[in-house]
Parts: sequence; C-alpha cells; structure tokens
Amino acid sequence: MALPPPDPQFVLRGTAAAVHALHFSCGGQEPDVPLLFSGSENGFIHVWNLRTHRVDTTLDGHGRKSVYSVETMGSKDRLLSQGRDQRICLWDLAEGRTSVTDSVFTDNVGFCRCSLLKVAQERWLMAMAAKALEEVQVLELPSKTSVCTLKPEVGAKLGMPMCLKLWQLSCGSQPLLLAGYEDGSVVLWNLSTGKVLSQLVCHQEPVMSLDFDSEKAKGISGSSEKVLSIWSLNEQQNLQVYKTHKLVNTGISDITIRPDKKILATAGWDHRIRIFGWKKLKPLAVLDYHTATVHCVSFSDHKNPSERLLAAGSKDHRISIWSIYTQT
Amino acid sequence: LCLFVPGGLDCSISFVSRVLGKVCVHGSPKGILSVLVPRLADLTKSDCIWQRICWRLVECVPDRWMEAVVLGFVQRAPGADVLSRLLGNLVVKNKKAQFVVTQKVLLLQYHHTTEVLQNLLGYLSLDSLRRALLIKVLQELLEIWGSSSAVRHSPPEQQQYISKAILICLFHLKEPEIESCRQELLTSMMEGVKCHLDSSLPQIRRLGMIVAESISSKINTDGPVLKFQYEEDDEARELKSLLVQTPPFCVVPSLPDDDRNQKADAALPLVLESNKKSHTAASVMPDEELDAELDSDDDLVPYDMSEDKELKTKAPVYIRECMEVLTGSEDVDKWEATVKALESLVRKNPAATREVSVELAKMLLHLEEKTCMEGFVELRRRAQVAVLTTDPIPVAKYLTSQFYSLNYSLRQRMDILDVLVLAAQELSYPKCHRRTKHSDAPKPCIQLLPGSDSSEDWRRIIDERIKSKTRRFAKGQSQVELASSPNEFNSVAGHFFFPLIQHFDRPLTTFDLLREDHFVLGRLVHTLAILMSLAVNTMAVPAMGKALLELVWALRFHTDSYVRQGLLSCVSSVLLSVPVERLLEDMTEQLLETQSWLGDVVEKDPDGDCRRLALQNLLLMENLKKKLKTLPS
Repeated sequence: MALPPPDPQFVLRGTAAAVHALHFSCGGQEPDVPLLFSGSENGFIHVWNLRTHRVDTTLDGHGRKSVYSVETMGSKDRLLSQGRDQRICLWDLAEGRTSVTDSVFTDNVGFCRCSLLKVAQERWLMAMAAKALEEVQVLELPSKTSVCTLKPEVGAKLGMPMCLKLWQLSCGSQPLLLAGYEDGSVVLWNLSTGKVLSQLVCHQEPVMSLDFDSEKAKGISGSSEKVLSIWSLNEQQNLQVYKTHKLVNTGISDITIRPDKKILATAGWDHRIRIFGWKKLKPLAVLDYHTATVHCVSFSDHKNPSERLLAAGSKDHRISIWSIYTQT
Repeated sequence: LCLFVPGGLDCSISFVSRVLGKVCVHGSPKGILSVLVPRLADLTKSDCIWQRICWRLVECVPDRWMEAVVLGFVQRAPGADVLSRLLGNLVVKNKKAQFVVTQKVLLLQYHHTTEVLQNLLGYLSLDSLRRALLIKVLQELLEIWGSSSAVRHSPPEQQQYISKAILICLFHLKEPEIESCRQELLTSMMEGVKCHLDSSLPQIRRLGMIVAESISSKINTDGPVLKFQYEEDDEARELKSLLVQTPPFCVVPSLPDDDRNQKADAALPLVLESNKKSHTAASVMPDEELDAELDSDDDLVPYDMSEDKELKTKAPVYIRECMEVLTGSEDVDKWEATVKALESLVRKNPAATREVSVELAKMLLHLEEKTCMEGFVELRRRAQVAVLTTDPIPVAKYLTSQFYSLNYSLRQRMDILDVLVLAAQELSYPKCHRRTKHSDAPKPCIQLLPGSDSSEDWRRIIDERIKSKTRRFAKGQSQVELASSPNEFNSVAGHFFFPLIQHFDRPLTTFDLLREDHFVLGRLVHTLAILMSLAVNTMAVPAMGKALLELVWALRFHTDSYVRQGLLSCVSSVLLSVPVERLLEDMTEQLLETQSWLGDVVEKDPDGDCRRLALQNLLLMENLKKKLKTLPS
C-alpha cells in the first residue's frame, strides 16, 4: 500500500506576485544561513532565510519587470538575475549590500533563461538568447566579452531558443551548449567552432525546459505537450532519443535533476510537481499543492543529504518547500 | 458374519450368493463387503478360477437382492479394473444388474461419489462386450443433459453428477467410437449447451460450458474447438480433470490388509497435496527473484499517485458566479463547465436564484454558443426551465413580454414558448414525479419543423385526455392513487397564459404574427393549447377558456393548416379543461359558434388532420352534452 504523497515542509508566502525563478544557496558553513533566492513577476528578487522562513532582503533591480532567472555565482554574495527589462544584472550582496555591480543588456524580449557555467576561478561562461531571433550568444563573465554567437544555418527554422544549458564533461574540458528551440528540437553546439554537433527533434511543440546529466550523458526535456523526452549523447556526440514518458496533463514549465542524479522534478501547468527516478524515469510522486501553474523547481545544494530540499514557485504567489527522498 | 471366503470352500456357490444377497439387503453391506471385496480382489488378481468363482457368486444372487450387491461392489471396489474382475460381464448377462448399473446409478440416483462413477464407467469400458453399454449410457446421459426441462427442473447436484458421468464417459471413449457417433455428439452438444446457457444459475451455465468444451475437444481433435470463458475454481478444475486424468486409485496396488489400504488411500491425497504445494512454491519463487532484480537498482519507493488524474476545470458553485462567468469570462473551459453545471445549481439554490431570476433569464435568453459544445441548446433550455420553475411569476412576466418585443429572432421567440410549456408541464406535475419527468421533454417543443410530428403529439395528448376522461366516469379510479400535492401551476397559469394571448394581433416592425410569421403563430397557438390543458383544475381556467375561444374564433379562417390544427387543439383543451358547468354558463355562444365552425371544418377543410381533430372535438362536445343530461341538475 503506497503512502500518500508528503505535504510541503513549509510554504513561503509574501512575494505578492507569481514566482518565476528559484535558486538555493545552502552550501555555506555556519554561521551562514541557508538561503533561497526567488525572482517574481513584479520585478523583485527576494532573499529568503530558510531558518526563519522570512524574507531577509528584497532586491529591486529590473524596473518592476518580471525576473525570470536567478543564479548565484560561486557564493551567496554574488547573484545574477535576468529580467524582462532586457537586462542581466550582477549583484554584490556581501555584508548586507544590495547593489548592482554590472549589467548586460541582452536586447532580447524573450523568456529564455540564461545558463551559467564556471570554467575557471573567477571565470564564467554565460549563454543567453541574443538579439536576433534564433541566435544564442555566449559571453564570458565578468569581463562581458563575447565568446561566440551561435547562429543556426539559414533555413533551419528552429525558432526562438527556449532553454539553454552549458556543460562540460569535467573541469577543463570543452564546454558545450544544449539548446532547446521553439520547433521542438534540441541542438548540441560546439562553442569553439560555433557549429552544430547534433540536432534532435524531441517534441512537436516548443521545448520549454531541459536538463542534462553529463556523467551519464543523458538528458531530459519537457514541452507544452504531454510528453517528456529523454535523450542520450553517444560517443560521436550524437543525440538520440532514449525514451519518452507520457504525462497525464499537458505542459511542463521546468525540469531539474537533483545534484546527486538520483531523482528529478518537473513543474507542470497542471499545478503539480512530479518526481521521477532518474535511472529509469520511474514515476515516484505527484505533489499536488499549488493552485496555479508551477513555474519553476529547484533542488537545494545542502552538504548534508538529509537536509536537502526541493522548492517550487508558482503563479499562485507561493513557494512550496519539500523534503522528499532525502534518505538515499 | 461368516468369514467363509478365506478357506477354499466346496460349498454351493449359489447358496453363498443367496446369503450374500440377503445380507446385503437386510443387513449391513458395508461390514461384509469391506472384508469380502478386498479379499476377492486379491484372490482374483491372478487366479482365474477365483475370478470365475466370483462371477458365479454374483450371478447367482437372486434378482431381488442384485441391486444391493452390485451397488455394494461398485462402491467398495478400489478401481474399475478390480470391479471388472469381480463382476465380469454381469451387466451383460443379468438384466437387473444392467439396469442397476446403466440406469439406476447414473440416471436415477445422484448421491454417489466421483470415484464410484469412475469405477462404474471404467468397468463398462474395460470389456468390448460392455463397451456397447458404455456408448448407450453416454447417449442417454447426453439426452438428459441436453433436455431443457431437465436443466430447468433438476437440482444442480444432479446436473453436476450427470456432467461428471458424461465427462468420464468421454474420457473412456476411443477414437473409432467417437467417429461413429460424432454427429450425435455434436447435435446433443449444441442442444445441451443452449439450454444450459439459458439458465439463470451461473453454476449450471458453467457446467454446460465445461461439458460442451470437453465434447467439442473430443470430436474436433484437429481444428478449432469450442472455448468458453468462465471462472476457474476447484469445481471446474475437478470436472476438467475427469477428462484427462486416470483416477489415482488405479495406481495403488491392492493390499490384503484393510488398514494398509486405508493408509495408502490417506497417503495418496497427502502426496498429491504436497506435490501441489511444492509446485506453487516453485512458481512463486521465480516471480520474487524477478522482482528483486528490478528493484535492486532503485531503492526509491514511490508514493501513492492514484490522485493524479486529468485536470478538469471546476464549475462555479454560486449562481452569481455563474452569471459572471457566462457574461464575461474569456476562459472557455470554465464557460463550458458553467453551462453544464447551471441547471443543477439553479435547482439546488432556489432562494439564491429567486434573487437574480430575471437577470438570469435575460442572460440565458441571449446566451449564444461560444464554443462547439455538445448539447448546448438542451443545456440552455433546461437551465431556462429551471429558472422559470423556481421563480415563475417574474420570469414568466419577463419572458412573455420579450416574446412580443422588438429585435428577437424567431428562434428566440420559439424558445420562449418552449420554455414556458416545459416549465408549465413541470409545475403542474406532482413534485414526486418531477424528477422522472425531466428527461422526457415533450417532443413538439424540441422539433424545429412543424410537420405532422408535432401535431401527432398534440393529438396524442388530447386523445389521452379524452380517453382518460371517459374512462374515469365509467369506471372510477382505475389507476393507483398517486401521491398528490398542490398544483403549483395553479397560481401562475394566468401569468403564463394571458400575456401570450394579449398582443397577438398587434404587429411590430420586426414581428407580425398575423402575416409572415404564421409559423410562430402556429407554435403560439399550440403552446396555448398545452397551457390550457395543463391548467385543468386551476382557478383561472374559465377565463382562459373564454379568451382562447375568442382567439380561435378570430383566427378560424387562417390559411396555414398548422395554425388550424393548433386552433383545433385549443378547442379540445378548452373542452377538456374547463369544467362542464362553467362551459355552459359562461361560454354558450362561443361554444355554439365553435360547433358550427367545427362542422364546417369536418366537411370542407383540405387538411386531413384538421378534419380528424374537428371530428374529435365534435364528439367531445356530444359527450359533454350527454354527460350533462345524465348529471342530476
């Protein structure tokens, strides 16, 4: 007899707007407090204290335009946020400051979340959707120099890039980019040559979100249809569809694989968060708490496995925090 | 009891037989036979002479005791072959024995165990002389099995017994024998399976299926066999095993000692059982191993996901919310859900509905189909009827006023009429019958074309009323007394009726009943007829009748036959609904005028339906006159 799904461990209220982005920063040692950064539709970034469950700081840097991506750069004092004001802002949050140290003007009115990858000490690569419709631009941070611009060939008709993921097999190896496009295909780009290594049509509808496990060379993508697509990368750097999983309701906004690669979580338009085992995509749980579309899911980076959390942000202005499968 | 057998006796066999017979009949056969049979079995195993002695023994038993002896032997023998040795060809030689074996045990009794059956039939099959009997037995069994009266009237236990016997016979039949009676088997099987499947007892059905399957597999060894689907349980398995397995008793060597015999008997079932257990245990093991293999990778236990279903939009639960959704919402899923839920919400919340009834009616009247929804028209209509019945007077006032207003489509005006009729019907029926009446809305209202269909139904209604009226006076209440409650239509009938009849001759720029919109006029007239008939026993009826007859008089020369039919229905409803006394008092001139018009119609009207209706009306009037004469004044 299976147990009923667990309830959220706690729920964060107070954003007063739909939550579009979440990012944990819990890896620090005492006296650092575990934090959760959330980006909302009203342009604010809230820094939540996970001990008191209250907002410690509110950052206002995107002119009240929706913030749809937040990520930390190395530590909790360096934050990167992306908003619909066509800007990517870099924040300095050390010692109680809340200032924008730098910003990048993306000139892009889309919703594609940028992707960050640390390639060396104090050097990051950031991929973002560029000004031209189908292009992806990769910048080096903090220098803001352009590394390459990835242009699909003429007539490819990929549409807008919808989601990006920069990755490298191990530190120091060639960084690669996986991009999901509006036409439903996932493309693997070689950054040094700027060429397509492999393209795979995974969905009939735009790819809403994707995540990749570089150890197993296996990735998963979700779309606005009812199917989750799992694909793998073989030795020749070719993408192949590995399997598909049919869902009960249409629409996935976000997918994320837990850092230990055991489980993954999907955020659905049907207000539900689904947990799957990553090995075989075995459905494990359906978490039904939110009353509107869940926009984002994120796993925490706690050092202690039993403290690990899952956060989900929804259009109903709430962020639910779950403690699930922490024993493995 | 004398244990004379062990010794080699030179006594007269016939004497022994007689003694045996007498003992079997009068005494306890069990006692002597329990000793006798095993001894004989032993002795006759290898010794031919003893066999002959045994045969003589049983053959000489007088007829009147033969049955007991034979039965005793059959019951006690540990196997068919033993029985064969003991009895020899007794059944062939002795009529009584034959009767007992082939008829009595199989057909007339049914308390014997399966083993007995197996022994007996096995015995029959073991000798070529006796095989003919076996076939005969099978035929008789099949005849009974296939007889529908037997299936219907005989107890299930007997039917099971016969089925077992058939199966055992089938088991013993050899190929050439089957070949010779294949056709017979087939016919009996077909008949038999039919009677069995007709039975209402599942057990009988299953017996029939099993036997039929067995017969079919026997006669069609190559090619498709009959296969039924039924529940496999112990009984079914046991029956099926009769067809293939030889009974375990044959395997046990006969032992001189009774005790040892019994122990062996006991041991055998145990062995069988333990075999079964180990088999099931073996089959369980691989499954578990398989599962373990799958799970060794994932130690993650899934949660219960039974609640994960397709997302359905919830309909609002408040009336006002419904109105908001229907008038403003862009969310089409919610809109559809609301339309579907509206009628039941209105009915469940009469107080809330009354507060907003007129707005709701207005909204519903103007509600257009937004999405391609199934049954939209029906849903809207039912919602309108619900609103009207919940708050009749204001809504009726609104609707009737809208009927004569500018800028409505013909469809909308006819919708109004339909809704009024449906609501009137609902209101005039006793409350306890309301629930059932919902589903069958009167056909004429739903029809888009006038056609003869709608007039059929009018006629049907009127005819029924006529019939019910006359019957009532002749026989009194022939129907069961239905629960009565106040007629809710009483208080509102006038509100439904009079506004409709008021302005029929006042033309509007877009709506002129008397000229081009005569179709609507026809519908209006029919509607008035129904309202009139539903208003029977209400206070407003006489006034309504009078007004209606005036209308009829005004329109009597209308060219559209549909309208004329409607008018004639109006006359019928007036005659039926208005109490006779009031008819005569208030409406004498109208009645006379109407009568003369009816006469005209009967003779000269081109439309057959009109003539018929007019004739009916005249008959009605005659009846009423007669009724008046018979009533004491």
